[in-house]
Amino acid sequence: MTSIPAVEIQDLSLTFESAEGPVYALSKVDLAVKQGEFISFIGPSGCGKTTLLRVIADLEKPTSGSIKVNGVSPEEARLGRQYGYVFQAPALYPWRTAERNVMLPLEVFGYPKSEHQRRAKKYLSMVNLSGFEKKFPWQLSGGMQQRVSIARALAFEPALLLMDEPFGALDEIVRDRLNEQLLKLWAETRKTVIFVTHSIPEAVFLSTRIVVMSPRPGRIIDIVDCDLGSNRTLDIRETPKFLEIAHRVREGLRAGHSYDD
Amino acid sequence: MSKSTLLTCLLGAGIALALLATVMVHGGDFAGAGVVIAIAAWLVLWLACSIWSGVPQNAGGWFGRIRDVGIMLTFGITLIFLWEILCIGFGVPAVLLPAPSLIGARVASSYPLIAGDFVQTVIRAAIPGWAIGSLAGFLTALLCDRCDFLRRGLLPIGNLVSALPMIGLAPILVMWFGFDWQSKAAMVVVMTFFPMLVNTIAGLGEAGAIERDLMRSYGASWSETLLALRLPAAMPMIFNALKINSTLALIGAIVAEFFGTPLVGLGFRISTEVGRMALDTVWACIAVAAVTGSAFYGVLVLAERRVTFWHPSIRQRTQ
Amino acid sequence: MTTNANASRRTSHIRTRLMAGSLGPVTVVSFVLLIIWYSACLPMNSGLPNLENVTGLADRYLAAWNLERPVLPAPHQIIEDIYRTTIATPLLRETADGTVLNARNLLYHAWITLTATLVGFAIGVSLGIALAIAIVNIASLRLSLMPWIVASQTIPILAIAPIIIVALGSIGITGLLPKSIISAYLSFFPVTIGMVKGFNSPDLLQLNLMQTYSASRTVTFTKLRWPAATQMLFASLKVSISISLVGAIVGELPTGAQAGIGSRLLSGSYYGQTVQIWSALVLAAALAAILVAIIGAAERATQRAMGVKPEGYAP
Repeated sequence: MTSIPAVEIQDLSLTFESAEGPVYALSKVDLAVKQGEFISFIGPSGCGKTTLLRVIADLEKPTSGSIKVNGVSPEEARLGRQYGYVFQAPALYPWRTAERNVMLPLEVFGYPKSEHQRRAKKYLSMVNLSGFEKKFPWQLSGGMQQRVSIARALAFEPALLLMDEPFGALDEIVRDRLNEQLLKLWAETRKTVIFVTHSIPEAVFLSTRIVVMSPRPGRIIDIVDCDLGSNRTLDIRETPKFLEIAHRVREGLRAGHSYDD
Repeated sequence: MSKSTLLTCLLGAGIALALLATVMVHGGDFAGAGVVIAIAAWLVLWLACSIWSGVPQNAGGWFGRIRDVGIMLTFGITLIFLWEILCIGFGVPAVLLPAPSLIGARVASSYPLIAGDFVQTVIRAAIPGWAIGSLAGFLTALLCDRCDFLRRGLLPIGNLVSALPMIGLAPILVMWFGFDWQSKAAMVVVMTFFPMLVNTIAGLGEAGAIERDLMRSYGASWSETLLALRLPAAMPMIFNALKINSTLALIGAIVAEFFGTPLVGLGFRISTEVGRMALDTVWACIAVAAVTGSAFYGVLVLAERRVTFWHPSIRQRTQ
Repeated sequence: MTTNANASRRTSHIRTRLMAGSLGPVTVVSFVLLIIWYSACLPMNSGLPNLENVTGLADRYLAAWNLERPVLPAPHQIIEDIYRTTIATPLLRETADGTVLNARNLLYHAWITLTATLVGFAIGVSLGIALAIAIVNIASLRLSLMPWIVASQTIPILAIAPIIIVALGSIGITGLLPKSIISAYLSFFPVTIGMVKGFNSPDLLQLNLMQTYSASRTVTFTKLRWPAATQMLFASLKVSISISLVGAIVGELPTGAQAGIGSRLLSGSYYGQTVQIWSALVLAAALAAILVAIIGAAERATQRAMGVKPEGYAP
C-alpha cells in the first residue's frame, strides 16, 4: 500500500487583507491525512474549515507554511486532475441534462467520446439516479441535484474527494439517506475523502478521524479518532461509543468557540 | 353560462358591431346610429378583454391556451377600429392622420416603390450593420475579458458612449462613406457596437463563483471555461443586446437616411413624402418599418427561447 | 531593507493603486484612442486639395491637422471651434426688441435643444410612471396594453418624428412643443417598462407581510412598491434622458429648424462645414454626459438616504 500521505500540511497560515484589517483565516495548521481515510473538518461558521479545503484544492493560496497533495503541490494536483470537488450547492449547469453534467469533466479532460456515456450511466446509477439521465437540473429535487454533483465528482475516478458541506441545504431525512449512500460508496471505492460539515452527528457517523477547528484565527483544537468500524448503519448513532465520541467533539468545539464573536 | 361561451359571444358581437360601425361610417353615416354602434362595439370588446384577463393562463379550452396572444390582438384590433372610426367619422384630414384603410390601400398601390425602399434600408443597411456591429462588440468583449486592464478602461467609456446621441454621427458617416447604403450600415454598426459590448461583458460575469471554481478545480483553460460555462451563461444577456440592437439597427438606418441618400430608402421616402404632405405614403412606410421591426424582434425571441431554454424567465412561460 | 527597495515599493504601490481602479485604465485607453485619432487624420484627409503639394511625412501631418474643411478634423481643431463659438462669442446681443441670446453662440443652440429635451423628459417620465401605476394595478391593462408597449419598442419611432413635426405644424404648433412631444414619446417607453418591472420587484414574502397588516393597495404601493422601484427608476431615467435628447435633436431635422444642435448638424452637413458638425456633436455628447451625471448624482443621494449598501463595501 502506498505510504505517501494524501494530504500533508505543515505550519500553514492564511491571512486575508480586508477593508477592516487583516483576517486570520488559518493559523499554523498541521495535519497529515493518510490514503483511504474519511476525515471530517468540523467547526462553527467562520472557523476556516472551508478555507482549508479550498487551500487543498488550490482555490486559495496560503500566505505561509507548506502543503502537499499526493506528494505534489496543490496546483500540480489541480492541473493533474487528482481530486474531485463537491460544493455546498450542486452547481449543475442548467443547460445540460443530468447525464451531460456528469460528462462535463470528461469533456474538459479529453476523455474519448465512447467513455462519456458509459461512465455517466455508471456513476448516476451508483448514486441511485438511473432513469434520470435526461432530466434537466430544475426537474430534479435538491437532494437529487446534489447526488448528480457527487456523481460528477466521481466520474473521472480521482483518488481524493473534497466535499464542502454537500448536504447542508437538505432536510434531515434526505440527509440521513445520503449519508448512508456516501458511506457505502466510500467502502466500495476506497477513496480518500475530506468532508467539511458543521453537524456533529454527521461527522461522527461518516468519518474515521475528525478534525475539530476553532474560529478566527482558524486552528485545529483537537483530532478525534473515530473507530466505529466499517459497515456502519444509522442505528449506530444511539450506541454509547458514538455518544462518547460526539461528546468529545462537542467539548472541543465549546473550548474553541468564543461567544464574543 | 360558462366563461368560454360568454367570451365567444362577446368577441363575436364586438367584432360584428365593429364591422357594422365601420361600414356605416364609410357610408357617411356618423350621426346617431353609427356613433352608438361604435361605442357599443368598443365597450363589448373592452369587456371581453377584462373578463379574459381574469382567466388563468392555460386553463381549459381555447381561450385559456391563447389568452395572452388573444387579449393582445383584441386590444390591437379595438385600437385600429377606433382609429378608423374616429378618422373617417370626424373627418380628420388625411394630411394630418390618415385612417388605417387608407394606409393599407397606399401600401398596396405603392408596393414596388416601397419594396425597393425596404431592400435599400433593411436588407442592405440595417441587417448587415446589425450583424457586423454585434459581432464587433462581441469580439471586443472577449478581448476585454482576456485583458482586465482593457475592460476597466473601455467599459466606462462604453457606458458613456451608449448614452450619447450617436445619431449625430450620421452626417459625418455620410461624408466618409458616401451617400449610399454603406454610410447607413456604418451608422448601424456604430449604434449597435456599444450595447453589445456592454451587455456581453455583463453576461460574461453571470456565471456563478461556484460554477467557475468547479472549472478551476478541473484545471480548465480560459477558452475551455469560456466555451463550457461562461458563454452559455452569458446567452441571456447577449440575446438582450441582440434584441435591443435590432431596434437600434432599424432606427439608425432610417434616420441616417434623413441626412442624404440616393433617392431610395424608407427614411428617404419618409422625409420627402413628408415634405410633399403625402402622409399616407409616410404612414405606409412606417407600417412597413413597424412590421419589419416586429418580425426581426420576433425571430430573435424565438431563437432566444431555443438557446436559453434553461433560464428561469423562459421556463416560467412553459410551466 | 535598503532605501532603494523601499522607494521602489512605494512607487509600485502607488502605480498599483492608480491602475487598480477605473481611473488609470480609462485614462490610458482614452490616451491611446486620442493617438489613433491623430494618426488617422492624414490617411482620412489625404484626398483633399490642400495636401497635394505638401511632401514629407511631418509636414503632411501638420497640414492634415489644420485643414479648413477636413474629412476628419483633429481634436484640437474641434476644441478650438467650440471655444470660438462659445466663450469667444458674446452670449447676448442687443436688438431692436431688447437683449436676446446670440444665435452665433453655440450655447444658444444647446439651450434650445436642452429646453425641448427637459420638457419632453418631464412629460414622458410623468406619463410613463402614471402608465406603469395603471398597468400594475389593473390586470386587464397588463395583458392588453403592456404587450403593445413592448412591441412598439420594435418600431423605429424616430421615423415618426417628421410626421409629428409636420402634422403639428399644419395646425399651427411649432417650435418647442413638437420637439418635446417627440422627446416625450421616446422617453416614456423605457420609464414605463422599467417602472412596471420595478413595481413588480418586491418578492412574495414582502407582499405577504403587507397582507398580514391588511394594508390597502395604496399603502402597499407607497410603502413597498414605490421604494422597491427606485433602482429601476434611476436606471430608466438615465436611458430616458439620453433618448429624450436624441428625440429633440432629430425633431430639429425634418423641417430644417433654424436653431438647436440638430440644426447645426444639418447646416454643417449642407455647407460642408465638417468642424461645425463635430463641434455640435461634441456639445451634444457633453450635454448628454452632464444630464446623465446629474441623474447619477441624484441616484447616489437617494441611495444614501435609503441606506443602500455602497459599492465596494465588504460585508
